[in-house]
Amino acid sequence: MQPTLVSRRDIFKLLAAASAAGAMLPPDLAAQQKVLARGDVWDPDFLKKNIPWEKPLVDAELATLTVLCDLIIPGDADAPAPSKIGVADFLNEWIGAPYPDNLADREIIRGGLGWLDTHTGSLHGKSFRELEPTQQTAILDSICGATEIPPALAYGHVFFRKLRSLTLGGYYTHSSTWKSLGYVGNLPTGGPYPGVPEEIIKRLGLEES
Amino acid sequence: MAILTDRKTLPEYDAIIVGSGAGGGMMAMQLALGGMKVLMIEAGRNYEPTTETPMFNTPEQAPLRGQSTPEKPFGYYDATVDGGWQVPGEPYSDKAGTQHPFKWWRSRMLGGRTNHWGRISLRFGPHDFKPKTRDGLGYDWPISYEDLAPYYDKTQLITGIFGTNVGMENIPDTPAGILLPPPKPRVGEMLAKKHAAKLGVPIHPIHRAVLTERLDGPARAARLFPNNALAQKILAKDMSSRAACFWATECGRGCSIRANFQSTTVLIPPALASGNLHIITDAMVREVMLDASGKATGIRYIDKPTRSDAEVKAKVIVLSASTCETARILLNSKSTLFPNGLANSSGQVGKNLMDSLGSDLGAHIPALESMPPYNEDGSGGSHVYAPWWNHGKHDKLNFPRGYHIELGATRNMPVMHSLNILDSKSPSTYGKKLMDEARRYYGASISFAGRGEMIPNEHCYTELDPNRLDQWGIPVLRFHWKWSDHELNQVKHMQETFAGIINEMGGSATPRPAAEAINKPGEIIHEAGAARMGASTKDSVTNSFGQTWDVKNLFLMDGSILPSNPNKNLTITIMALAWRSSEYLMQEMKSGNI
Repeated sequence: MQPTLVSRRDIFKLLAAASAAGAMLPPDLAAQQKVLARGDVWDPDFLKKNIPWEKPLVDAELATLTVLCDLIIPGDADAPAPSKIGVADFLNEWIGAPYPDNLADREIIRGGLGWLDTHTGSLHGKSFRELEPTQQTAILDSICGATEIPPALAYGHVFFRKLRSLTLGGYYTHSSTWKSLGYVGNLPTGGPYPGVPEEIIKRLGLEES
Repeated sequence: MAILTDRKTLPEYDAIIVGSGAGGGMMAMQLALGGMKVLMIEAGRNYEPTTETPMFNTPEQAPLRGQSTPEKPFGYYDATVDGGWQVPGEPYSDKAGTQHPFKWWRSRMLGGRTNHWGRISLRFGPHDFKPKTRDGLGYDWPISYEDLAPYYDKTQLITGIFGTNVGMENIPDTPAGILLPPPKPRVGEMLAKKHAAKLGVPIHPIHRAVLTERLDGPARAARLFPNNALAQKILAKDMSSRAACFWATECGRGCSIRANFQSTTVLIPPALASGNLHIITDAMVREVMLDASGKATGIRYIDKPTRSDAEVKAKVIVLSASTCETARILLNSKSTLFPNGLANSSGQVGKNLMDSLGSDLGAHIPALESMPPYNEDGSGGSHVYAPWWNHGKHDKLNFPRGYHIELGATRNMPVMHSLNILDSKSPSTYGKKLMDEARRYYGASISFAGRGEMIPNEHCYTELDPNRLDQWGIPVLRFHWKWSDHELNQVKHMQETFAGIINEMGGSATPRPAAEAINKPGEIIHEAGAARMGASTKDSVTNSFGQTWDVKNLFLMDGSILPSNPNKNLTITIMALAWRSSEYLMQEMKSGNI
């Protein structure tokens, strides 16, 4: 079993939230507690979304993250902006999880948010979220990698890459974005499976297959 | 329903079956429909796919968007309950000197691992039963394809398998009126077929246990049980009540409309309807009990809610606990008559452990970019595959046996990493342009996964760990593993083939080195062979019916009895063997031989 890495404070919260289940406890302790518990992390209740860990970011960090997510993916006529569907809050959930990958992401995201405000403070005397939109995009342009990254902006580039990757993941896993992306499944269809539309078969020259 | 939550079991059953998956489920259904009083013992909890399956749940309804975690390694919505690579409080270990740690997937739920499997249902062929005769390696089966063919027919009739006959060597055809029509291929699968053909790799409809149309219950039931009115009545109704696939949702979540095969959607409902099956869940088997003459008398299990031991008795015991768990029960059932474990006079229990070889390679395919959307969920898995196409060409290959290729070419429901491709294809974009790039690249990729046959060897086995107990006080298993060149050379061939097809398709791929591209032992979850059947009491544990040589009223009925592990995923073969064994078992009981 994955060694648990939750903090002592988280443990108390977990105990309160999932005392019957022993969720997220060190495996030996969890095994002793778990006999027939349901609704824990090994046997979740799909009707009740339970996040048994703290979300680490404070309001100011979340506000900056919200602005950043909307700059990375603005939304369009078919798809809401990330701020409308809680992507920043999801990222807070993601980086709060006690698993190794999430902890690694927490380091980059939380550190990067701090770095960003220090960086914009030295440039403009303001935090990132207080900048004009054109100033914000100028900052992103400087760290996104479209141009060579000077050593002083290396941390910002690492942050941008991770944040973009997580924003893409968090955004396009929300069902309200699927039409825009082009995922049209998860809908029942009667009769035989319809297969590939003719226009695609023609486009790829697959008539003989 | 006869789930005995009160534990009020009968004083004695005709048969006790340990485990509720493919082998146990089939055995229970056959014996119960045959009029025997049967008790099924399941280590995990009761599970009802019709009410518990999260069919249309979306990622935002799950923690971490449904991402896999150590507690739910195949994702939050995977059907597996209380399991995965680890079960809380039930560890396993690796023996010093092993080349690779073994990964052992378990679940603790009614229906076992049939609730989440890939539903790929390929018959073993004539060569597969006589591998040693053909290449001198491993073991022949004590039966031939012809012995099992009628039971493949029956198993296919009851489970419902789609596919076609392809008329290839060692890929047996199915008689008329059994296979359901296959679903049409997806665009990536069609493209792969076109280009793989140039390399001589044939791509055909796969066979999977998913209903592409409703079953004609009365007709199938009459064909299956012409002389059993009770079975006909129950199965006619039950088979007809299963719905056809509606081309949405992942099979691995389970299926609430019972369109795909799970022991809990196909086998256990009719078994319960017979009135002859009792089930106790949350009951962890400790050992098989014996009388002074060496005959099995019952099962001692741990009643998990009370953490106390209990006993149940039967005339026949069937172990269908899964390959490694069955070996574990045998090794833990020690007595003065069987000091090395029950039915282990050959010393073969725990030996000859095999998994399927696995290796995969994926790549971006430019021709699939910016594809107009259409439903690619389909039947939930591959619609096509490449059966092994190199029989008779082994003089030109540097490995024995072979593999089949499964395709991953579908715009699945997005998961967290679905757009990772943009990290390399469009690393610095953001804003509206990023949304355009997401549309362009989403699903524009393909992956190939090989499933190959390994040769059993003396370095791959499981045994009791002398120092560790699980939380129930039962000694745990430890594993030892070592690949041979047979396996590594085959994986090298897989990688070269996959890269070749990808490059033909216009992608760009380089074969990965075999030693790193081979899946970890156990990772394909096709364990087999730990208590193999054979022709001789000297070097095998059971006869071809799974009846142990040492104890006549003890049967093994899961992957443990397979003498070889052909590349054709073993579930349907376990069920066909169970069907065959159940007839023998009932006949032997009637004749008073057991």
